[in-house]
Amino acid sequence: MISILLSATFGAQILRIAIPYVLAALGGAITERSGVVDLALEAKLLFGAFAAAAVGHATSSPMAGLAAGIAAGALVAGVQIGLALWLAADQVIVGVALNLLALAGTRFLLQLLFDEGSNSPYTPGFGDAVLGNPIAWLALVAAIAVPLALRHTRWGLRLRAAGDRPEALAAVGVSATRTRLFAALVGGALAGAGGAQLSLSVNGFSADMSGGRGYIALAMVILAGWRPAWAAIACVGVALGESLRIYFQVADVAIPRELAPLVPYVLTLVVLVVLGGKRRPPPASLGK
Amino acid sequence: MRIRRLVTLLVGVNVLLIAIGWIVVPPPTTKPGSGLRVGLVFDIGGKNDKSFNEAAYRGLERARTELGVDVTYIEPSEGADRESALRTLAARGLDLVIGVGFIFGPDLEHLAAKFPAVKFAGIDYSPSEGVGTIANLAGLRFREHEGSFVVGAIAGMLTRTRTVGFVGGMKIPLIRKFEAGYEAGVLHTCPTCRVVSAYAGTEPKAFADPSLGEELAAAQYGQGADLIFHAAGNTGDGVFAAARERGLRAIGVDSDQYDNAPCCVVTSMVKAVDVAVVDIIKDVAAKRFRPGIHELGLAERGVGFIADERNRDLLPLEVVEQARVIAAQIVAGAIQVPDR
Repeated sequence: MISILLSATFGAQILRIAIPYVLAALGGAITERSGVVDLALEAKLLFGAFAAAAVGHATSSPMAGLAAGIAAGALVAGVQIGLALWLAADQVIVGVALNLLALAGTRFLLQLLFDEGSNSPYTPGFGDAVLGNPIAWLALVAAIAVPLALRHTRWGLRLRAAGDRPEALAAVGVSATRTRLFAALVGGALAGAGGAQLSLSVNGFSADMSGGRGYIALAMVILAGWRPAWAAIACVGVALGESLRIYFQVADVAIPRELAPLVPYVLTLVVLVVLGGKRRPPPASLGK
Repeated sequence: MRIRRLVTLLVGVNVLLIAIGWIVVPPPTTKPGSGLRVGLVFDIGGKNDKSFNEAAYRGLERARTELGVDVTYIEPSEGADRESALRTLAARGLDLVIGVGFIFGPDLEHLAAKFPAVKFAGIDYSPSEGVGTIANLAGLRFREHEGSFVVGAIAGMLTRTRTVGFVGGMKIPLIRKFEAGYEAGVLHTCPTCRVVSAYAGTEPKAFADPSLGEELAAAQYGQGADLIFHAAGNTGDGVFAAARERGLRAIGVDSDQYDNAPCCVVTSMVKAVDVAVVDIIKDVAAKRFRPGIHELGLAERGVGFIADERNRDLLPLEVVEQARVIAAQIVAGAIQVPDR
């Protein structure tokens, strides 16, 4: 039992499960810190997964698939910003609408492109080896770079200003809207890469395959007090919990079946309560 | 200003959608037939799921071309849509309305009482607590445990590591039937083998999470399993991905799933949903409709396994022969197969 939990395969499994969560959470943290509510993470994952599978299938190249996933995530973010800032629609409603659109839209596109109701045809992937998977490296680099960029670069400073005090940004002649748009595009691209991992890892897209991961990633962002590094750690906690749940079942560990699904969330809460420090407020102008 | 932008945008979207609709939706075809009107509502996955629903669709298409019945179908998206889809068809006064999937059970019972002139049929239907036979409702069920026993026996003969896996979708009695039959089958041909099993979850979305399916399979292969049988809908696609990655073997479910991973799919436990659909339509056409539960097992060719020229390299002839002997023994009652 213990030997399993310390094994490399178990570690690799945690990392594989964590990739989409971490990328979505980092994307969500960027977008939210710029002042835009990012409920649409689920849509970015789902469209990213679909685009990666469709382009990966057409070109037989997982790299092209990944690029398409990233582009699709950014595209969803562009639409989100267009509706939320250009048309000043309610940001929560925009997010929910985009998630519903993703659910039905990807199925519609499946039907249109492949004449299929729920699955896309075979798409080559990067394989199960975490170290050989460029999306894993992207997640790692992003988990380090995003917190640093937010804190130490001019882009990060402006982005945080757009989220906290957009009028201060306006006073120095920088457009808050443009800053938010750019932030959301970067955030959407990351989430789209997370979606690409979902479909490329199982060699194809299937309807509703994001399964609520976007919502969980957003919950981790909020629990982590909008700090991207902590959000990424919380996501690894979710992945650890999911891996434990899988191993409890496969290794026949006697814990009540109804409790097993709770493991990821309980574990994450414990991690955040113990290590996360005091509760952080959201960006002051979030959603405004 | 904003209003004008909004109107412009909406008009644009509207034009676009109408254009798409024009291209995508073919004009309705009307064809003279026997006059029998049949409606069918699909489960999660829709008519082209390469599995359970697709088998029902094949049956419906066959009834349309061979029997000349007039068919309508609906692919609902979620939850309450299912009930209203059935209701819509029933309210049109069709002769027969079919719900594909266990999940339609309570809706069918409720609507059968409301529309006594319409005949209803449910694939995988099992009566709710305290509900007896309803005069205009037939349940078409399969003895999946029998077919699963046979593929389990095949797994027991093929495994080299003496460990095989089972990945289930949603944890419900229906999927437990697959697991129970499979496990008994494995132990029948390989009494010292170990069966590791896992389920994806307890909600319908457990049938639609291939990433989770891959991790469940990866964990089982990591535990030494060299062959996994899945009964998990789209979640099973992840099982095939994990098998492909490792060059290990898997067993498909419901339809012939060889194409999902030609390297690795040894056989599939098939469920003749198409036959059941055609048969119930024939019954209604001939005014032979019988309410209550109709069960199809190995004897009725309602379940079975695939052995053809495509999977010959993965499934040796002597194993196929053994499996046929076991199937015959089940039909003859010489082997009792547990269903839970």
